[in-house]
Amino acid sequence: MADSTVAESPGASLRGTRAAPRVRKAEGRGRPYWQIAPMAVVFLFFFILPLIVTFVVSFWNYTGYSITPAFVLNNYALAFDRCFSPAPGFCTTFRTYLSTLKFCAIVWAVTLVIGFTIAYYLVFQIRTNTTRIVLALICTIPFWTSNVIRMISWIPLLGRNGLVNQVLVGTGIVNQPIEWLLYSDFAVALALVHINTVFMIVPILNSMSRIDRSLVEAAYDAGASGWQTLSNVIVPLSKTGIAIGSIFVVTIVMGDFVTTGIMGGQQIASAGKVISTEISALQFPIASANAIVLLVIVLMIIWTLIRFVDIRKEL
Amino acid sequence: MTVQKTRGISRRTLLKGTAAAAGLAAGSGAITGFPAILADEPITLRYLSTATNQAPAIADQAFKDTGIKIEYVTVETDDVTKRIVTQPDSFDLVDTEYFSLRNLVPSGNLMGMDAKKIKLVDKLATVITKGEVDGKKIGDQGTAPHKVCYLEGQHSKKFAKDPTEWLTLIPTTYNADTLGIRPDLIKRPIESWSELLNPEFKGKAAIINIPSIGIMDAAMVNEALGKVKYGDKGNMTKDEIDKTIATLIDAKKAGQFRAFWSDFNESVNLMASGETVIQSMWSPAVTAVRLKGIACTFQPLKEGYRAWASGFALPKTLKGKQLDAAYEFINWFLSGWAGAYLNRQGYYSAVLDTAKANMQPYEWDYWMEGKPAAQDIHGPDGGLLEKAGTVRDGGSYATRMGAVACWNSIMDENAYMIQKWNEFIAA
Repeated sequence: MADSTVAESPGASLRGTRAAPRVRKAEGRGRPYWQIAPMAVVFLFFFILPLIVTFVVSFWNYTGYSITPAFVLNNYALAFDRCFSPAPGFCTTFRTYLSTLKFCAIVWAVTLVIGFTIAYYLVFQIRTNTTRIVLALICTIPFWTSNVIRMISWIPLLGRNGLVNQVLVGTGIVNQPIEWLLYSDFAVALALVHINTVFMIVPILNSMSRIDRSLVEAAYDAGASGWQTLSNVIVPLSKTGIAIGSIFVVTIVMGDFVTTGIMGGQQIASAGKVISTEISALQFPIASANAIVLLVIVLMIIWTLIRFVDIRKEL
Repeated sequence: MTVQKTRGISRRTLLKGTAAAAGLAAGSGAITGFPAILADEPITLRYLSTATNQAPAIADQAFKDTGIKIEYVTVETDDVTKRIVTQPDSFDLVDTEYFSLRNLVPSGNLMGMDAKKIKLVDKLATVITKGEVDGKKIGDQGTAPHKVCYLEGQHSKKFAKDPTEWLTLIPTTYNADTLGIRPDLIKRPIESWSELLNPEFKGKAAIINIPSIGIMDAAMVNEALGKVKYGDKGNMTKDEIDKTIATLIDAKKAGQFRAFWSDFNESVNLMASGETVIQSMWSPAVTAVRLKGIACTFQPLKEGYRAWASGFALPKTLKGKQLDAAYEFINWFLSGWAGAYLNRQGYYSAVLDTAKANMQPYEWDYWMEGKPAAQDIHGPDGGLLEKAGTVRDGGSYATRMGAVACWNSIMDENAYMIQKWNEFIAA
């Protein structure tokens, strides 16, 4: 963990940033551009261009077997079909996004608390670097198997005849197996938290290990209680990590449809699943329109997050 | 052919090989004068289809018999259509479903299959070519294969009403689907599609989440409940779609469904784990549950079956040796070995006579005649499927295919249906 070495000698990172401009001046202005070129090219071809195509296609017409260039707003109109009419209840799109946003909020809150706690433990409670590295690696265990296998293994655990229900019924805590353990909101939230917590841990761990220990000591010396130190010193100084972790978690949850599909028994809608169904039916233009809507909503969330924390300044 | 490929083998093995090949060919009635492939390098065909239609054993046998190498390209049902429409050069041979033809033929990416080059074209099952079993008409709601079986010309984008020499697809497999149930957990006879939404099975039912198929299962239920009388379940009006989806939404809100599934393994897991006791299902999935030692029935229902059929097509751009090899492979496919293999999996093969010649009489009696198994029934891989004495669910070929009510389809209002289906999932 390079971060913890940095934390032990806080001067190092400062020296590093100060040294950077001098190097740049000495070796010409073009150099940084060359250095970012490979990433930029990959981004251009595999992200920007497809995105432009998606945007353009979202205005096209389609039949079951073809898409034809046009400029029509039908696809967007269909995406928001009956969303702005006074009919009771929400339209499909609003209902879908509401459900996705609900999971977003739940998963964000839970991963934040768990992620922050684990990061705090690793940085401030663990003394040796080796232990810290080993424990941090343990956090990645959920990624050692494929997504599908991970998902399928929840069934014998949480299912109607699964391990948890067998224990609960066996010990007489409940008479009937609990149905909502699987194929429910609970199951979806559980699986999403399980997968995404590590995305919260790592960035927070990163920011936290840069906190100068003497600041914490100073806080104690000045008479701050444990909570006061936490809320006035540690949390503000971990803000960058929290923001980056939040962006990871929010974007992953917003776009997820595999976990929601499997854990929700495909009964819970997600924006991704709507798009996937439309693509399967060869309705590329309307799928593109929905993708653009999803993108705009995610960008809005990120924009809001960034307003709270100036990530560039803090990095 | 054996001689060509394996140089430097002993005289004994050579004799054995030739004898075996000759015996096999004679036994299957397959000596009908295939053009021998004498090319130095074996031709490889990229065979696009779902996993359902691909068996390594078939590819191996085809290579032995014809010298043509089959390279499977495996994708999901919807992706087969997507590949044909968007990347028609990425395969040399495709096994696709008849119901997709309404989207595939207008795309112009496939060529009509030349009847003159198909040796057994007159022996193709009448279920596919005429919509008849033993001369009796069967249900033809939806995209029944006989409606889309022929083209007006090789590159025509129009289906012909009467037989022509250009076939859209050369059938490979077909079957009649119904609900799968867990008889050990339900403990009473199930006779109607309406049972899927019976509150008795609240929280224990499932439906397939592939909209074009799921909506038809829902329509079978709706009609069985007496809620809607459909003009054509495979081509609903907007009003019929609304009513069908409304029934589904009510059931979903009442907690009827445990889950929806969209792939084979999901359906097997749901049923085997007891999460569901009644659901839309596919025949080999029922077999997979049974192979785990768990009771599962592919339950025949009084309203009939929802059938499907798939077949071979060739991309428009295929030519030369590849084209000849593709026809040769298709002819081999119809010549019996593959048909027997498919019949033993619980599907039906396109040419019944040649498949029969490749099956043991007791196997034929069990799979096709609906008779009790005279001895243990083994799957194509040799695993034990059924003990002696059992009868196939639904009975004989004529009983099962004769009771087809509708066929998988793509509706005129497909776009609207997809939109409503998404509404159902979000409800």
